[in-house]
Formats: sequence, C-alpha cells, structure tokens
Amino acid sequence: MPTYVDPAACNACAGLHGGPQCVYICPNDLMVLDDVVNKGSNQEPEMCSECYACVKLCPENAIHVRGYADFVPLGAEVQPHYEGQDIVWNVTFRDGRTEHFRFASRSTPWGSIDPYAGINPADRDAIRAQALFGEPEYLKLPESA
Amino acid sequence: MPEPTTRIVESDVLIIGGGMSGCGAAIEARYWGGDDLRIVMVDKAATDRSGAVGEGLSAINMYMGMRHGWNQPEDYVEYVRNDMMGVSREDLVYDVARHVDSSVHMFEEWGLPFWYDDEGLYVREGRWQVMIHGEAYKPIVSEATKKALGPDNHYERVFISHLFTDADDPGRIAGAVGFGVREDVIYIFKARSVISAAGGATAIFRPRSVGEGMGRTWYSIFDTGSVYGLIIPVGGEMTQMEHRFVPSRFKDSYGPVGAWSQLFRADLTNAAGENYFVNRLPELKKYDPYGSAFPTPTPLRNHLLWTEIQAGNGPIMLKTPEAIDALAAGDENRKRDIIAEAWEDFLDMTISQAILWAAHNIAPEERPSEVVLAEPYIMGSHSGEAGAWVSGPEDVAPDGYHWGYSKMTTVNGLFAAGDGVGACPHKFSSGSFTEGRLAGKSAVAYALDNTTPPKVDDRKIDELKRQAWAPMVTFEENQYASTNPEVNPNYLLPRQGLFRLQKLMDEYVAGVSAGFTTNESTMLRGLELMGMLREDLAKLAARSRHELLRCHELIHRAWVAEAHLRHMLHRKETRWPGFYYRSDYPEMDEANWRVFVNSRYNPEKGEWDVFTRPCPQVF
Repeated sequence: MPTYVDPAACNACAGLHGGPQCVYICPNDLMVLDDVVNKGSNQEPEMCSECYACVKLCPENAIHVRGYADFVPLGAEVQPHYEGQDIVWNVTFRDGRTEHFRFASRSTPWGSIDPYAGINPADRDAIRAQALFGEPEYLKLPESA
Repeated sequence: MPEPTTRIVESDVLIIGGGMSGCGAAIEARYWGGDDLRIVMVDKAATDRSGAVGEGLSAINMYMGMRHGWNQPEDYVEYVRNDMMGVSREDLVYDVARHVDSSVHMFEEWGLPFWYDDEGLYVREGRWQVMIHGEAYKPIVSEATKKALGPDNHYERVFISHLFTDADDPGRIAGAVGFGVREDVIYIFKARSVISAAGGATAIFRPRSVGEGMGRTWYSIFDTGSVYGLIIPVGGEMTQMEHRFVPSRFKDSYGPVGAWSQLFRADLTNAAGENYFVNRLPELKKYDPYGSAFPTPTPLRNHLLWTEIQAGNGPIMLKTPEAIDALAAGDENRKRDIIAEAWEDFLDMTISQAILWAAHNIAPEERPSEVVLAEPYIMGSHSGEAGAWVSGPEDVAPDGYHWGYSKMTTVNGLFAAGDGVGACPHKFSSGSFTEGRLAGKSAVAYALDNTTPPKVDDRKIDELKRQAWAPMVTFEENQYASTNPEVNPNYLLPRQGLFRLQKLMDEYVAGVSAGFTTNESTMLRGLELMGMLREDLAKLAARSRHELLRCHELIHRAWVAEAHLRHMLHRKETRWPGFYYRSDYPEMDEANWRVFVNSRYNPEKGEWDVFTRPCPQVF
C-alpha cells in the first residue's frame, strides 16, 4: 500500500490532545486507527496519492511510503523530517545509492500570521469598488509605494 | 445503522471548500463582513493539507510582476486566449490578473519562502512563474485563513452533498446540506450567499494505472468535481464543460515537466532521438492563428506528441542529462545545485515522482525520463476551463456579461471561484486564491444588499437529508440479500459505480483507450448508458461514513461527466486536438465555433438545455 505504518514505531499518538495525527490530516479520509492493534492504518491504499501529509505530521516518524505496486519497483524510499524551519529529505535508490536534500519550509515562525496587520479597517462604502483588501499597497506598484 | 442527528448552522456567507479559492474567499469575506456578518467555511478534510495545493508546490504559476514592469494583465489575457484556442472570458481572466500580485506578496509576508536572485528579485521559471520552496504553502495559507475566520466558523470533515434554493424563488440560493465525515450528523447550513469553491474533477475517466496507482492522478484524487456537482443540480448555467485538460507529464507518477521545459530548457525526443516537435511544426498551420502563437498552445503541443506516439515513434523522452550539462557548463558546484533543484521540483509537489526515480535508479544527470499524455481531467484552474458561467467585473465585462455581482452564477446569491469559474483558466494556486477573494468580497456585498433571509422549505430539506443518508439505509435494508456484501443485486458500492463511470467515459467519450477520439454515434450510445448509470446511482450503498463520502463524491463526478459528454456532443468541431478529437468533425471551425458552449440543467423538469453564447474579444 502507498503509505504504511510501522507497528513498532506507531504509538497511536498516545497522550496527544488531537488524537492520531495521520487520521486528523489525511486529505482523503484514508488513515484510520485499527481497533484491534491500536495502530494507524491506510484503509484504502488505491485512493492514496502519496501526498505525504501524514508522513510529515507523524510525531514518531512511523509512516513510510512503499511506491505503487503496479508500476514502482521495490526497494526505494523517500523519507522527510523537519529540522527547525527546514524540511530534510533522505532518498534511497533501489541500487542503494542515497541523496540528501534540505529545503526551507517557512520563513516566519509558525503561528505568527496576522492577515490584517497594518491594513485599515474595511470601508463598506468601497465594497462596490474593484480594490481588494490591502490594495493598492500590496500590489507594491512604484506609484503606491 | 446509526441514526444521524441534525445540526443547523446559520450564516451570512457560506464558503464550500477549504482549498486555495475557499481560503481566499474566507479571508476577503471576513475583512469586508467585519464582526456583524457570520462567514462560515466548510472543508471535507483538514484545511492545513486539503485541496490541490495540500501536497505543496514548487512554483507560483501566475504572477504578473507589475511592480517591475515584467508583465501587465492584458499580456496574460493574450496568453490565455491563445492557449484556449480563442475561447476564454477575457473579462474574468483580466480581473484575476490585475489583482494576483497582491496575493502573492501577502504569501511572501506570511512566510512562504521564495527563491531570490542576486538582486533580491524572485527567480522566474518562465514568463509568469516564480519559484518557491512550497512544501508548506497550504499550511501557511491555512494558518492565515483560520486566524481570519475564528474556530467557531470553520467546519472540517463535513462534506456538502447538495445546495438548496429559496422556497418561493428557485432562482435564489438558500443554503447547503451535508454530513459529518467523522460523526453521524446531517448538517443544514442556511446562508444568504454561498460560494462554491470546491475542486475540479479527477477519476472521471479510467486512469492509465488501475491498481494501487489509480490514486496517483495528476490532479489531487480528492478533487471530485464537487464544485460543479453542487452548482449544476440547482440550475446554474455552465460554460465550456466540454473542455478538458490532458496533462503531458513524466510517465506514471505524473511529476511536473514545467521546470524542465522552461527553467532547464530540456528537449523532448522520439525513439530515433529526433526532436519530433520541430519536425512536426508545419502541422500547426492548420490551427492558425493559435498554431503560430508563442508559446504553442498546450493542446497543440499534446497533439504533436500524440501524433508521434500514434505513428509508432515512442517512447518520448525528456533529455535531462543534456539539459543539466548545458546549464552547468562544466561548473561542478552549479551542477550539484541544478540536480538539487530538479529533485526539489518533485519533492515540493509530486513526491511519488521522486520515489519512481529512486526505484528506477534514475539520476536525472545520467538518464532521461519518459513522458506521456495522462488521462483527461475536467477542471477550471490550470489548463482546463470548465466551470460556471459567472458575472464579470462591472468595469470590463462585455455587454450582458455583468449581472449584479462579480463572480455570481446565474443563481442569485450563489458564487463560484477557482475550479468553479468557467472560461477563466490558468489561475493555478495564486489566481484561484485571488478569484476566491474577488468572490468573497462580492458575496459580502450581496449579503449586505439582501438582508431578508431566504425562505427554507422544510419538506425540501427533509428530502435532501434523506438523499444525503440514503446509501447507509440502502445497505442496511439490503445487506442480507447476499452472502457477499460486494455482490448484491439490490445495490452498487461506490467503487463499483466509479469503475462503471470510468469505463463508460474512457470508451465512449474519448478517453485514453479510445485514443482521445469519439463521434456523435459513439457519444449518443454513451449518453444512453449514462442514463442507466444515473438511475443506478440512486441505489448506491455505504457500509460506513467513509463509503458514504465516496458515494456522494461519485454522484458529483457523474454530474460532471454527463455535462462533459453533453457539451462535447454540442460542439461540432475539433478545437483542441491533443485533448480530444471528434472523428466526425476533425477540423477546427473558426467561423462557426469560436463561441462558448453553455448549458443549464432544469431542476424542475430534469432536462438539459445546451446552447452557445458569443465570445467577444475584449482586449
């Protein structure tokens, strides 16, 4: 199956307030908690797009991806983890070669956004005009700078 | 079987869908709505990773760069006109283009990492595209959206199955019905204005990969055509539903080729190692003025690739080693950087392609990669232009193409954005977000002007509640007719219905196995089979809430598929070769068919009306 859960690493997000993170985040309602073994599991692997949302969020790094059986040869792995504001990818080829990449994930602290900071309150008289909130300032045109 | 409870939610503006356009709508609507209007957003998943941008992106594909004089909105209108072979709503395209830069600058301020050159300017992939480290693009936009909305106005894991109209005025929207994906609850959302901002349609056609790999659609598999499946049944006029996008992508994992063709300037070659594209260029004269346009329109590039494959000259290979060597020009450090950029292009947005490279032992500096045409997709934000017929902006819309409120459909109070707006393609992430903002502002204006709440017909609501939960009841009542729940004479499981839809569309409506080709007789037979499928969809059965979700996603997909078929039947020409071919009308007919094909489903009579509208050049 595209995503699979390592039972030795999964602790069902014990103690986490929001419950199992993979179940929370999967955009296609695929990840479930298996009642028998109390571990995460992908209930419909052929509807998995290998988007890695669950892999990235798993606090135990317990979720991996085995490429689609109908066209991906066995033996490769692509696994990310976060280091601060960066994401680090470890790529293992079928023949054993490896690649490592580090890319920025975010340039500001998580939770720091205030979408209306520094923008004047709405003037309802302008609701029929074409400008969106924050315009023209956010267009950053020379004449509006 | 659990009995669902009913929860009623009152709002002024209801936004359906938490993808890029829904988030844009929420942030803009909350700004103009202030504290006295209630803005509610409903997402079938978790907004941090929902929608087509959930996996991430490696580039923002729509940016004018007006502050540097790179491009003006009029330039974008010309580009889109050519790529759509003459048929686009230029007022709508212009409207997104003139605002999109402000959205992109907000993303940067919020914390989306961009690539910068030595002068501190965005690195450009092509004329309209700027490079980003976009792994967390959606969580960043989601954070801004949640801050704007507030937790009480944000519903996750609720799937909207139906819209409903005013009890006395079927031409006015009144709200939506849905169900909890994680709880046994039927939701009734009452609203003065509604924005349909859900996704375009994947998996309408039988995909090339029919095992586990069927989930590896080019567009996100959870884009189930709901944005259309909600608007069509309440009688909203649709446009260009015959249009489709067939992506040419790396084979099987459908990784992006844009960076390779634009940033790295790699060649595509045939079995003999020849640049087939250059050799076949004279073919494009037939499609002038679009055949001579630069860049060559997407369907025409597909057409040359498909013609080459049909001639037996595949595989088509993208020459990555030569491109990397040419760019590096002997500089080993530069070569390492380019290789990392190539991997990031996949790791940011189509991680499966990185797995495929690793599993095939493909290092891009050593070996080329195969490119194919994928299966068709019906959508409105990338190179597809299916969607609702909406009002243009007052200041630039042609006569008759503005009614009351920008982005409003032909149903009063019902707005569309993103994949939902027809004839306004190439919006991508930033343009969809921007179009959501435009719809959000308009929807607030409508709610302020129409203070009388819509009248809700309780009997109609009860019927929609029944329909929403019906697959659970169908299973409950029929499960003992067979020892095998997968084979039962009284119902269809959603997976079985999906396979039937995909086979029908593939074979009769120009899918991959039909060589993207069909004709009137073939489509009429397909329409007959579609009618029987639609009847059988009333017998869908669900064994769980998860299957209930799949049932209603399938019903939305079927609405899209039928609209696609009916529009294709109506357009008697082949305007977009490489997307689909009509063997009975194999030529482009510029004199008669440079028009919009529109349709309206009449909910009272259950009948479709398909017709044309003129396509004026505005710019």
